[in-house]
Amino acid sequence: MSSGMQDRLPPVDYIPRITAQYAGLGYGEYRWLASETQPAWTPLTKPLSECRLGFIATGGIYASGQTAFHFKDDTSYRAIPNSIATEELRATHFAYDLTDARKDINVVFPIEALKSMVEEKKIAELGPNSYTLMGGIYSTRRVIEDLIPSLVQRVLDDELDVVLLVPV
Amino acid sequence: MSLIARAIEEAGIPTLSMSSARDITRSAWPARSTYLDFPLGHTAGRPHMPELNRAIIRDTLSAFETLSVPGSMSHLSYRWDENDQWKDKVFAPAEKSVDSDHQKNKNNGYEDDRVARHDTPQYQTEADELAAFKSHGDEECEICIGIDF
Repeated sequence: MSSGMQDRLPPVDYIPRITAQYAGLGYGEYRWLASETQPAWTPLTKPLSECRLGFIATGGIYASGQTAFHFKDDTSYRAIPNSIATEELRATHFAYDLTDARKDINVVFPIEALKSMVEEKKIAELGPNSYTLMGGIYSTRRVIEDLIPSLVQRVLDDELDVVLLVPV
Repeated sequence: MSLIARAIEEAGIPTLSMSSARDITRSAWPARSTYLDFPLGHTAGRPHMPELNRAIIRDTLSAFETLSVPGSMSHLSYRWDENDQWKDKVFAPAEKSVDSDHQKNKNNGYEDDRVARHDTPQYQTEADELAAFKSHGDEECEICIGIDF
């Protein structure tokens, strides 16, 4: 019959697929974060168009001149000035296909689209920096003890009104 | 990532998490999220398609003002391709072939495509390694935070 858009397949369920793959390869089970309590909720206190937005991305993004991430539970992060030229941005990671991210970093680090949102007055402005990290960290304890307090303090110091998170 | 989102929200700043892994994000349960049905590694769009990527971010940001229930997720309507065939191959065992080697058989059909967990910085290019060395010298860097190697 006619071509064109076919019915959609449902979203991929990653947890059972990755669990099966790890079992097939003989790896230990990865413990997915399963939050049992409803998340805290902070309402916006002004229209989005008046908000200063910060963003945090996993995906192992760094700027040329910075130290790259390593692949063994790296809980460090990088502050990337939002004034940086896009060509200076790099991606390094063990867990996803980097092909498209290295063609155009915007697929995992939407800096250009966010700058357009300022021009469109969808948001008021961007914070001074974006923050980047690895994700895929096995030790929840290290994320809670080493990474989160420092990163939350940065976000508070930047006086952001809203934060966008872009995982991979 | 959702642990970070939950902590920032708790510190008094509204957050929105993008996702292209619906079940993982649901399990981790951040305050607000948007789901984009694209393959992993494309959370914010496709290479060299700035118009599409702007539309995705525009719709994503709108969720800051439309989501009103703590922990809820909004689905974006964008599609990767016409038939969703990419979904069949994600983390699936390799198709059986006559010449499949012993390793594949031993691993129940799964290929081990994971990268070794190196504990030293993994630069995209050699030039980056030189640039990092040059810019750091003996000084402590203020924008590479918490490095542990």
